[in-house]
Amino acid sequence: MSNVFVLLFAREARLLCRRPAELANPLVFFAIVIALFPLAVGPETQLLQRISPGLVWLAALLAVLLSLDGLFRGDYEDGSLEQWVVSPHPLALLVLAKVLAHWVFSGLALVILAPLLGLMLGLPGSAMPVLLLSLLLGTPVLSLLGAVGAALTVGLKRGGLLLALLILPLYIPVLILGSGALQAALQGLPAAGYLLWLASLAALALTLTPFAIAAGLTISVGE
Amino acid sequence: MNWTWFHKLGSPKWFYEISGRWLPWLGWAALVLISVGLVWGLAFAPEDYQQGNSFRIIYIHVPSAFLAQSVYVMLAVAGLVGLVWKMKLADVALQQAAPIGAWMTCIALLTGAVWGKPTWGSWWVWDARLTSMLILLFLYFGVIALGHAITNRDSAAKACAVLAIVGVVNIPIIKYSVEWWNTLHQPATFKVTEKPAMPVEMWLPLLVMVLGFYCFFAAVLLMRMRLEVLRRESRASWVRSEVRALTEGER
Repeated sequence: MSNVFVLLFAREARLLCRRPAELANPLVFFAIVIALFPLAVGPETQLLQRISPGLVWLAALLAVLLSLDGLFRGDYEDGSLEQWVVSPHPLALLVLAKVLAHWVFSGLALVILAPLLGLMLGLPGSAMPVLLLSLLLGTPVLSLLGAVGAALTVGLKRGGLLLALLILPLYIPVLILGSGALQAALQGLPAAGYLLWLASLAALALTLTPFAIAAGLTISVGE
Repeated sequence: MNWTWFHKLGSPKWFYEISGRWLPWLGWAALVLISVGLVWGLAFAPEDYQQGNSFRIIYIHVPSAFLAQSVYVMLAVAGLVGLVWKMKLADVALQQAAPIGAWMTCIALLTGAVWGKPTWGSWWVWDARLTSMLILLFLYFGVIALGHAITNRDSAAKACAVLAIVGVVNIPIIKYSVEWWNTLHQPATFKVTEKPAMPVEMWLPLLVMVLGFYCFFAAVLLMRMRLEVLRRESRASWVRSEVRALTEGER
């Protein structure tokens, strides 16, 4: 069974590597959104530094959301999803491999890009470990929760906006805890509490959402 | 335990008959309870020593906020029943209850704003309970939008059920994270485990109003469900004879 997991993960990784342009899009979006904020609120370093925790997190959240719209679309259109549903392996495990592969290539890339953009917004170096750690724990939750919405809307022609409507309210705890951790680090307060909460959310999402994603896919395929 | 009543719920015809018998009772109970509660609460309950008369909006605000939250839980329960026992009526209940819940959330938010202006000095503050109510409204919008977007009736119901269940699992997390984020609102007015802090003359009309709102919700839900059942079963012979009887009665 774990063999299937590894095989599927490798397949997804190979597929994603073959289309580097699609991988770059969420990253470019992330960078552009961050660049728009100084233009909108003014270039004062103090102000930017004060709002940077929320800003980085909001941009990361939107970038993940954007990348999720097409998560299952290709597999839905070429019929692979149907094969997954009828295969003897548990569907929850298969979707977990799929979502994790997606996270490694989009979420992890966001995590790596974030310190650079944080630096441009005036985040001090001392806050960087917390920024990295909070994004590392938070983005898998975003991917997994978003995959539930993507699974439910995969059969719809214009699922993108609906996906945002369904998923954004569910993202709120991650946004609060992630930006809270960063805010605490910025003020020199301990951020461990926030990070532990994020870690428990990640554990919860990792164990529960695959079943919801699987149920969503079964419904969408059955239509 | 006898489960026949539960299995009977799977039959739209049986539901239509039994709900037709309950509906007048529920409707009258809602009318009587709400009018008694309104007159009692708005005219006879004593004034608050700090807020004066402005506190009286709780007689509408608190019941609608109660309903807003419990209807979402009901959506998830109906979704679970629909997914596990494949009961069509649970699907109908889920989709018909969602708009009522959204309206209740709207009423709670609006009456809260009306109360907040004289008491806090602004229509809206980014306080934890207000914000989580707003998020609840967005969750309702999500369920309604998903139900409308999927054309196949059965998959729309199943998708809404999954979404409602995911939402209910998330609601406590959202609620506590938002509460941690910021809080200004007073704690809940009623707690099952504690004696209310209000005097009896103040909370009794509130209790009447809450019961009245629940009856009102049940009556409106049954009416909507009955209409939807008729629409879904429009090819069945009992529906045809029912509709014929109704239209001839009007003439």
